[in-house]
Amino acid sequence: MKKIFSRPKSLKDAPFHYCPGCGHSIAHRLICEVIDELDIRGIAIGVPPAGCAVLAYNYLDIDMIESPHGRGPAMATGIKRMLPDRVVFSYQGDGDLAAIGIAESFHAANRGENITVIFINNAVYGMTGGQLAPTTTMGQRTTTSPLGRTRELEGYPVQVCELLSGLRGTTYIERCAVNTPANIMKTRRAIKKAFEYQMDNKGFTLVEILSPCPTNWKMSSVEACKWISDVMTKEFPLGVMKDIPSAQEKKAVAAHD
Amino acid sequence: MKGYIVINKEICKECHLCISVCNRDCISPSTEYNLKGYHPVFYNDNGKCNGCGLCATICPDVAIEVYRER
Ligand SMILES: Cc1ncc(C[n+]2csc(CCOP(=O)(O)OP(=O)(O)O)c2C)c(N)n1
Ligand code: SF4
Ligand code: SF4
Ligand code: SF4
Ligand SMILES: [Mg+2]
Repeated sequence: MKKIFSRPKSLKDAPFHYCPGCGHSIAHRLICEVIDELDIRGIAIGVPPAGCAVLAYNYLDIDMIESPHGRGPAMATGIKRMLPDRVVFSYQGDGDLAAIGIAESFHAANRGENITVIFINNAVYGMTGGQLAPTTTMGQRTTTSPLGRTRELEGYPVQVCELLSGLRGTTYIERCAVNTPANIMKTRRAIKKAFEYQMDNKGFTLVEILSPCPTNWKMSSVEACKWISDVMTKEFPLGVMKDIPSAQEKKAVAAHD
Repeated sequence: MKGYIVINKEICKECHLCISVCNRDCISPSTEYNLKGYHPVFYNDNGKCNGCGLCATICPDVAIEVYRER
């Protein structure tokens, strides 16, 4: 029989420190699978965040340079501008991207930097103990919203994809999830597309990944995956929010017909 | 189609996501301990595995290898 699935080459042979059922682990593997498939291990540069994924460089066997909390897109901007032939991505949590780093994210997107942002939305500050994040869902209980998120106290969850899609500088934005095998395969395709667009100099790409945090959600791993389908996707609908190159291609084909 | 899987029990963290997606009942919980203190799951070789790879696709810890007849 033929081996059809094993560890990607770009993923170091190191056990993850993440909790059981953590979506970061799946996201890391998918990035490595895409790096292998596109054969870009030698030219990929990743920027990990402050957050549970702070040690991502222990797992991805590529060049990585740690960013201060939330500043990943600014670091990635600098790296990409100096080394335009590299594939540069920041990897950021929701606290990192949508709270402390919202300015850097917003303006890198608005400038249309030719970088990719991998955005892990797990609806909490995972690393620091499950506090409310900008993406905490309405009514969700966290350590700092023990009675559940309300409009009056914390406001509405921030929909990062929708927000950044409205900026003319952005090229490709898709929201995915890693809670079912089918969604995981879609996430893999989205990461691949984002990296390919970057390699074709198409501009700013972002893949949001709804990602289970069973520990802080106080659920089993299986319940956490179900919660993404039942609750999280209602607040954060899955799908392509913006894909300029594909829209242009369709237009060109239509004009030709 | 026939297949089988190999589970690395030392890196399994007992999340049971693989069990939840295998619709052929090929993976079962165990009560043994690995070095990390988890109860790793084991491959229940009932002859039904078709090598679909769903278990490995969702396994966060990359603990599963999948083999399939081509
Ligand atoms: C400048 C600065 N402020 C605060 C912190 C503390 N801190 C570390 S991680 C984190 C939030 C992590 O949440 P998120 O970005 O959602 O990542 P997750 O752990 O959920 O993946 C905070 C506030 C820090 N490291 N640096
Ligand atoms: S706290 Fe949540 S995000 Fe952090 S490693 Fe654990 S499950 Fe993953
Ligand atoms: S490969 Fe498919 S059938 Fe075999 S154990 Fe995994 S999920 Fe079950
Ligand atoms: S999905 Fe992986 S880590 Fe989770 S129980 Fe199955 S083999 Fe173990
Ligand atoms: Mg988070």
